[in-house]
Formats: sequence, C-alpha cells, structure tokens
Amino acid sequence: MTGLSLLIPIALGLGLLGLAAFFWALRDGQFDDSEGAAARILIEDE
Amino acid sequence: MASQALLVEETPIETKESLFAVPGIHCAGCLSKIENGLPLTPGIQSARVNMGAKRVAIRHDPALTPPELKAAIIALGFEAEPLADPGIDVAAAENRMLVRALAVAGFAAMNIMLLSVSIWSGAEGPTRTMFHWLSALIALPTVAYAGQPFFRSAWAALRQGRTNMDVPISIGVLLTTGMSLFETVTGGEHAWFDGAVMLLFFLLAGRCLDSMMRGRARAGVAALLKQTAPGALVLDRDGCSRWTAADALRPGMTMLVAAGERLAADGRIVAGESGLDIAFLTGESAPVRVQPGDRVQAGALNVDGPITVEVTAAGADTVIADIARLMEEAGQGKSRYVRLADRAARYYAPCVHLLAALSFAGWMIAGAGVHQALLIAVAVLLITCPCALGLAVPAAQIVACGALMRRGVLVKDGSALERLSEISEAVFDKTGTLTLGRPVPQGLRRLWREDRAILLGLSRASRHPLSVALRQALEARGVTPAPLDALREVPGEGVFADYQGEAVSLARPRSLINLFGLASEYRRGEQATLLAFTDALRPDAVETIDVLRGMGIKTLIASGDRPDALEEIARMTGTTAIGHLRPADKLALIGRLKGKGEKVLMVGDGLNDGPALAAGHASMAPASASDASQLTADAVFLGDRLAPVAVTVHVARRTVAVVKQNFALAIGYNVLAVPLAIAGKVTPLVAAVAMSTSSLIVIANALRLKGAAK
Repeated sequence: MTGLSLLIPIALGLGLLGLAAFFWALRDGQFDDSEGAAARILIEDE
Repeated sequence: MASQALLVEETPIETKESLFAVPGIHCAGCLSKIENGLPLTPGIQSARVNMGAKRVAIRHDPALTPPELKAAIIALGFEAEPLADPGIDVAAAENRMLVRALAVAGFAAMNIMLLSVSIWSGAEGPTRTMFHWLSALIALPTVAYAGQPFFRSAWAALRQGRTNMDVPISIGVLLTTGMSLFETVTGGEHAWFDGAVMLLFFLLAGRCLDSMMRGRARAGVAALLKQTAPGALVLDRDGCSRWTAADALRPGMTMLVAAGERLAADGRIVAGESGLDIAFLTGESAPVRVQPGDRVQAGALNVDGPITVEVTAAGADTVIADIARLMEEAGQGKSRYVRLADRAARYYAPCVHLLAALSFAGWMIAGAGVHQALLIAVAVLLITCPCALGLAVPAAQIVACGALMRRGVLVKDGSALERLSEISEAVFDKTGTLTLGRPVPQGLRRLWREDRAILLGLSRASRHPLSVALRQALEARGVTPAPLDALREVPGEGVFADYQGEAVSLARPRSLINLFGLASEYRRGEQATLLAFTDALRPDAVETIDVLRGMGIKTLIASGDRPDALEEIARMTGTTAIGHLRPADKLALIGRLKGKGEKVLMVGDGLNDGPALAAGHASMAPASASDASQLTADAVFLGDRLAPVAVTVHVARRTVAVVKQNFALAIGYNVLAVPLAIAGKVTPLVAAVAMSTSSLIVIANALRLKGAAK
C-alpha cells in the first residue's frame, strides 16, 4: 500500500506534466505551421 | 549592472501587424529570404512566414501602408496580396478547443484504464474502493471539461425540440458517470468510469478529424485567394494624395489607381484610359477597355495605365456586396441540410432510450431491485452509445478527403461530400469552367524559331494578361528568350525593344480584324504578324461530361455568353446550352431544376455564378475562380483538367457507401452486445473491449477509401 500511495501520485503527476507540456505547445503555436517548422531546420544562421 | 542595462532599454515602439498571402513560398530558401529580407526595409520590425497557409505576418510601423509593404515583398521576388485582418477565427478556436478536450480525455482514459486493469486482475476490498475513488477523481473533471462540446450541442438541439447524435451521447455519458459515482460511494463492485471516458475520447477523435478536415481545406482555399483592395490613394482638394482604407472611402472622393492595383470601390473614370481585368466578376480573362465616363467595379484589376476614378459607391453599396447578399440568401437552403449521422440519430436515439427503459421495466417486473435494474439500464445505454457511429462518418470522410486532396480537389467539409454523392444533374458554366478561362495563343507553330525567341523576350517584360499567356505557352515549348536591347513597356500600347538593331514590338493590333477574338500584334521591322488568342476548352471537358452522363447524371451548360458562342461547345459535348444568363437568371434556373426534384451540382467560376453556386445542392469551382466563388463552392479543384469533377462525385458516392457499411457494422455490433447488456452480463471489462473493437473495425473499413480517387 505504501508503494501504491507513492507510485500512483508519481504516475499521475508525470501524465499531467505531459498534458501541461502539450497545452503549452498548443498555446505557443507549435502546431500552427508544421510545414514551415520542417523547412526552418534547413536554414543556416548567418 | 543589470539595472543599468534596464535603464538604456528603448521604450517599445507602437507596431501593427499585417497579413499578406504569398502563394510563391515553396522552400526553406524562400522562407529565409522573406524573413531575413523584409526587416531590412525601414519601418518593418519583423516578418514571420506560415508555410502551411502560405502567409506572411509582418510587424511594422503603423505609418507603412499596405502598398508599401506589398512593394517590399515584391522587391524580394515574390507575388503578394494583402489579406484583410482575419479577426478572431471562430473555426480555429473551435478546433483548438476540441484538441484540448481530446488531450484531456486521452490522458484520463489511459490513467483510468491502468487503474481498471488492476481491478479486473482481481483487486479486492479497500484497494478496489481506493482505485474507484481515484478513477472518479480523474473522470469527473474530465467529463465536465471534455464532454462540453457534446453537452452544448445536445442542449442546443433539445431546446429547439430536435434530437441529434449528441443527445444519446450526452445522456449515456452523464448517466454512466453518475451511476459509477453512486457505486463508488456505496462501495459497489463495478464502476464504468473507464467506459465513459474512453467513449468521450473516441468521439472527440471523430470530432477532431472532422474539424481538421474543414480547417485544412479552408487554409488551402485561403492561400489561393486574391484579396480585393484594402484601400486606395485618395486625392485631396488641395491635390495631395493620401492612403485611405476601403471602409473609409465615401462617394464623391477621387482615387488614383495605378497599373497593377485593384479598385477598392465602385466608381466612374474621370481621367485616364486603361484595360480592366474583371475576371472576378465575369470569369472572362480579356481585359475590358475603359475610358473617362465608364463605370468600374470594386475588385477590378487595373492592367494597363493609371486612372483616376470618382467613387460612386463604397463598402456595402458596391456591386460585389450586392452579389454577396444574393449569395447569402441562396445559401440558406444548404444550411438546412441534415447530415447523415444526424439523420441516423433521429431513428437511433429513440430506439436506444426505449430499449434502456424497457430493460429497466423488465428487470423491475422480474423482481430485481431498483438498484440492479438501474445498473442494467445504464449498461444498455453505455453499450449502445454511438461510439462507432460517431467515428463512422468522420473517419470515412477524412480518408476520402485526403485521397481527393492528393488528386487536387479540396473538399470543404464532410457535409459537402454527402451532398455531392446525391446529385442528379450537373450544371456547368462555360467560360473558365468548361474552358480554361485564360487566353491561349494560336498558331505559334507557324512562327520562325528566332521570332519565337524574340516574342518570349518581349512578353517577359509585361504583366498584361496576353503577354503572360504568350510567355507561358512559349516557356512550355522550351523556347529560350532572345537578348533584347532598349526594352520598354508603353501602358496601353505594348512592349517595344531592339533586336540586333531592328525594332521589334508586341503591341495592340492597329487594325481589328476579328471583332470578338483577342489578338496581339507582333512587329519586326516592317513585318507585322497578328497573334490570335482563344479561350481553349479544358483538355478533358468532353470526356468528363461523358463520364458524368455514364454515372446517370444529367448535364446542362448555363452561360452568360452570347448563344452563338456556345454552339460549338454544345455540339462537342452533346449538351444543351443556355446563353445570356445573368446571375439572377442562373439562380432562377437552379430553382426551377430543384422544383423538378433534381439535386443540382453547380460547377462555375465567376462571381456571376456565385448565387447559383450557393443555391445548388452541391457546388464546385476551379482554383482559377473568383474569390467569392471559391469560398462558396463545396469543393475547389486545381489544375487545367475537368476530370476532378467526375472523380469527386465518384469518391463522394463511394464514401457514402462506406459510411453506410460502417453504420451497418455499428448496428450489427449492437445486435450482438445489447442482449448481453439486457441480460446484465456487461461488466466494465466487456464494455471496454466491445467499444474499442467496434471503433477499430469502423476505422479499418474507412481506410479502404484511401485509394478511392485513383
């Protein structure tokens, strides 16, 4: 039981962390222009 | 030291953001050229390219006007058109909300499933109760958040006394959650939190697919759009010119329109002579000659020389706005169309609810307690919840739309596919729809090779539609341009140059031989050759019309052209052609056909087809069509061929067939599962397995449409 009371919050917490990261990415417009993001990596900085 | 750095920091300058459509962005090179090149222009702070939408957002000093920004992009070598401020995009916001709800439901479904698996593996007593409580803790906020799209739509339908797919969904989810909560509180054996949340997850996946499909097609169409002018240079009384936004233009103002600019308001020409491209209105490619006294319409592109126009109507009073109103009225019939899934739900929902009520009554009569009878009724609702039904339609439609998109057809939404599958008669516009809608030079083969090279050199120097057509035709033949000296374009006259000391030119014909045809004159020294241009038929127009007829669809040509111009095309395609139709006449024609019980597919391109496109049961427009037509049409097809029209109808019919198969599969699954539920044998495990299997089967069946457009 003590193991569970430790592991379940950790598991849920990690899941929530992932969810929060996804929301963050969505709000930041990471998924707005996937084509552009693919092309941008080819641009060399001067 | 850090505080010192803060002190020298500049006060933020007030900036403005403007959007431009730049269709020419293709690669990383274009992207970096624009993003690094634009900020070099004084006043421009930054530029951000969206490659998917082919747009550039420019952050700049408010003093810079749209024409100046456009010039800055053109200086980098890209075509650009200003886009009106998009404001708040309602559809994009809705899509985002759905994705968020899907993410939450997915997170919850996974975690609850982990807990449920431990319960199914034999967790007992206090462990089970704790796991149920944990599940409830995750499920309740999830249902409250991720269920909103369904609850809202169900509530809206119920308030109007109708029912749709979301009514049984909402009732099922809410009752299951409530019942599970009750079980949890009383320490019962089963809780269906996993079922309720998984159901939401699958259904939201369907919704997201639907909304993404619409968004993708919309972005595609928006990238093709050529905007009407956002404003004009207005001449003050004291002779100064000042940039004025379109909505601030008033009748009586005088605007200066340079060559290459679009008119921002209706008006009358005061000074200057030019050619106006009014393809947006008529779909005709030939520029119309205008001179002082002539009336001109907002949205027309000034091709040749500068003109001064006195504004007679602006904003909502322009001819375009009138047609837009006509279209809005005509389009109301389409919004009354009830989608397949909702039509199915009309029969499905009452059946399911009756079944649940009957099981409840049956078990009460058989002597079970209220608690057990209620549990069974809820299990029936959960198992019949239209999970597969909710996926059946969007899964098939998004696969079909993807297949069509690879063939160059952008379908706006799922309802368009459903309507396209039902059509019984196709009405075609002529110019720009059956024909290419742009001039194609004739008799190039008769010219000497050297002359062709000179012609390409000349035509490259001008943006006149005939020059552009000539250049495209010559480049397609692999002609290399000849080096020319003293190249100059005289607005309204033509392009003049010297070739090895000899004067050459591509100019307006001195004598008009053909009254209706378009022509340009090529002169070399004393010699003059007349180049005729015609609007060629799309290469496969005749075959496509035959294919459509083979599919049992009647065809008709409805054009605004002179009847004698339609004779040849009618003979070639073996189709009745009606000429001299104004926009309102086309609308009336569609109305008459509808009255006869036909489901009309309207295929047209000009703004004059707009009302008919809106009124048709379904509509398609080529990508060369006017903005309004592209926005109104259910599907837009790219390229020079007409075949996509027949392909789209074919794919639409196959999609509906697959959707119906999916319905049959979903109902078949219910026939198997419902007796189990009524018998009280459905544990949360059975519900979870049944639900995922039926969803997977439906998706697998939909994937068969992948090659449908080949």
